[in-house]
Amino acid sequence: MKVKHIYEIAKSLLLARSRQSLVAAIGVTFSVAFFISLLGFMEGLNSLLDGLVLNRTPHVRLYTEIRPSDFQPIDLSKTYQKQHNFISSVKPTNARKDIYNALAIISTLKADTRVIGVAPKVTAQVFYNLGNIELNGVINGIDVLQEAILFNFKDYVIGGDFKDLINRSNSIILGIGVAEKMLAKKGDIITVTTLNGGQFSLKVVGFYQSGIAELDKVHSFVSLSTGQKLLGESSNFISDIQIKVKDMSQAPAMANEYRRVFGIDAEDIQTANAQFETGSRARSIISYAVGITLLIVAGFGIYNILNMMIYEKLDTIAILKATGFAGSDVKIIFIVISLSIGIGGALAGALLGFIFSLIIDAIPFNSAALPTVTTYPVNYGLQYYSIAMLFAVVTTYFAGWFPAKKASSVDPVEIIRGK
Amino acid sequence: MENKPSLVATGIYKSFYDPAKVDILKGISFSINRGEFCSITGKSGCGKSTLLYILSTMDTDYKGELFIDSELMTNKSEKELAFVRNEKIGFVFQFHYLLNEFSVLKNVMLPGFKSSKHTEEELEHKAYELLKKLGIEKLSSKMAYQVSGGEKQRVAIARSMINDPVILMCDEPTGNLDSKNTEIVFEIFKELVHAFNKTILVVTHDENFSKKTHRIITMRDGSIM
Ligand SMILES: Nc1ncnc2c1ncn2[C@@H]1O[C@H](COP(=O)(O)OP(=O)(O)OP(=O)(O)O)[C@@H](O)[C@H]1O
Ligand SMILES: [Mg+2]
Repeated sequence: MKVKHIYEIAKSLLLARSRQSLVAAIGVTFSVAFFISLLGFMEGLNSLLDGLVLNRTPHVRLYTEIRPSDFQPIDLSKTYQKQHNFISSVKPTNARKDIYNALAIISTLKADTRVIGVAPKVTAQVFYNLGNIELNGVINGIDVLQEAILFNFKDYVIGGDFKDLINRSNSIILGIGVAEKMLAKKGDIITVTTLNGGQFSLKVVGFYQSGIAELDKVHSFVSLSTGQKLLGESSNFISDIQIKVKDMSQAPAMANEYRRVFGIDAEDIQTANAQFETGSRARSIISYAVGITLLIVAGFGIYNILNMMIYEKLDTIAILKATGFAGSDVKIIFIVISLSIGIGGALAGALLGFIFSLIIDAIPFNSAALPTVTTYPVNYGLQYYSIAMLFAVVTTYFAGWFPAKKASSVDPVEIIRGK
Repeated sequence: MENKPSLVATGIYKSFYDPAKVDILKGISFSINRGEFCSITGKSGCGKSTLLYILSTMDTDYKGELFIDSELMTNKSEKELAFVRNEKIGFVFQFHYLLNEFSVLKNVMLPGFKSSKHTEEELEHKAYELLKKLGIEKLSSKMAYQVSGGEKQRVAIARSMINDPVILMCDEPTGNLDSKNTEIVFEIFKELVHAFNKTILVVTHDENFSKKTHRIITMRDGSIM
């Protein structure tokens, strides 16, 4: 039997119940549209929330941990190998706080093809001087340009240009929380005291707003060289090397490798932020479950309509069979009807889903915590469209399959005799 | 060729179990040759329709053997029987049973859709020629529900002829027609037999109709007299 004729028969049956068919198709349309917009919105939100932390977190961080050495001299002595020693309250020695040979490590990392970029950093404990009161704080000396490229530093700087950190000497970008406490405005000169007792005057060129209040109350940023100056160290002094890699899933393995090769401490993003993955996954699973439930409900709609159609078209089915159409032909016809409803509904749904996404994307969403975000986030990933449509078609196929099977087993004699 | 039987039935038994076992057909044996115009008559409820459904291969729940065009039908699969119905048997019902969703022409073409022996154009041409022969070519583009009962019956006959069947089976084809339309249908059948050497088997209550056929098979209580 030719495909064209199957279509022709299916079409006329479909048009004979055009209203119900339309209702069934609209059911599919809406579930596909909701599926797409729901998942797009949820994923947009996920990446926004994850991005809050993950975007500015290095994939691998190299640092030197201050800790007592693993071996005491007596452990190395052959004579006392089998003996027990009672050394307790071991303290770290005056260990270096920076990374040994940091510049060489940085140039090695820059040559590594798996690495997108490297940003060195120093951290200085300071007190912000506020009249007689001193506020605890941390000043990060950063490689400003790398920081902007790798960790979107620019997005978190408000009320100023982040490049002023390089262009002006002794400039600082103040954490917004700190600034509020100090009533500091752009252009003001503030004073900080370092742990060594040194006092420095720094010019405020902007403010840092991360969206995490705890951070903003403590952290400020200066250029790497200013940071080293605060610490009273030379330009070789680097306390952190932050690495962004091409494939984030490789981060744990690479951290291990660096730990071994460079003999320093390394921490990967997965270990540092395990909880984010879990949250995102839970949200995704919930959205998929809701979306797929919607599609299954739409499938029941189609199932109902087809059952009704078969009941009303028993005469037609009887004639088809009496004139030589096999049960399998009848089945195909009804499956085609069901799939047409499904595919038509799914295509319209994809379009409607896109429109819904555009609407959500246009709704204003202003949060002090998220300076770069002005509307609700939406992910327009093609995968949601394909999953929704694929699932819609599969659902309608099965929704059509059972009624079609029923239609294929209609006994024409019963129908013809019944008249 | 002349005497090659189009249809042979041997010892057809059929019972219904509703609720007790009732034998409706009790050993029906007969054969119809090619080119014969044959009618089956008998009292209402004697089992004529039941027999016709078996002969047309739609009802497979019977005992005995059925040959169509010298081919054994008994125990063939549903798919094979559908194929035989499509190729070799034309069926006309008492109630016209056209598909209301289609035009008259499409209704006639319908069995041709299944066989795919002809192209769409050939099929359309053939259907139109058949309608013309039956004098209703003017209706070809009308929808099936827009034509009268007598016209519907003629459309149904055209439909049954579209695949050049070996045998035409009709269950009271003139049951709801007036005498003029009955006459028209009879003339069509006669023409099909004489001009095209078709075999026709008609179940009818109409004595005037059956008297004019080549042979009358009379049934009583599930047997042939
Ligand atoms: N599905 C069924 N279950 C039980 N009995 C049935 C069934 N179908 C038909 N019968 C019985 O079989 C007998 C024969 O029915 P059939 O329709 O063949 O009669 P008929 O000769 O065609 O009658 P008519 O001339 O009125 O059309 C009837 O007594 C009828 O009640
Ligand atoms: Mg009858």
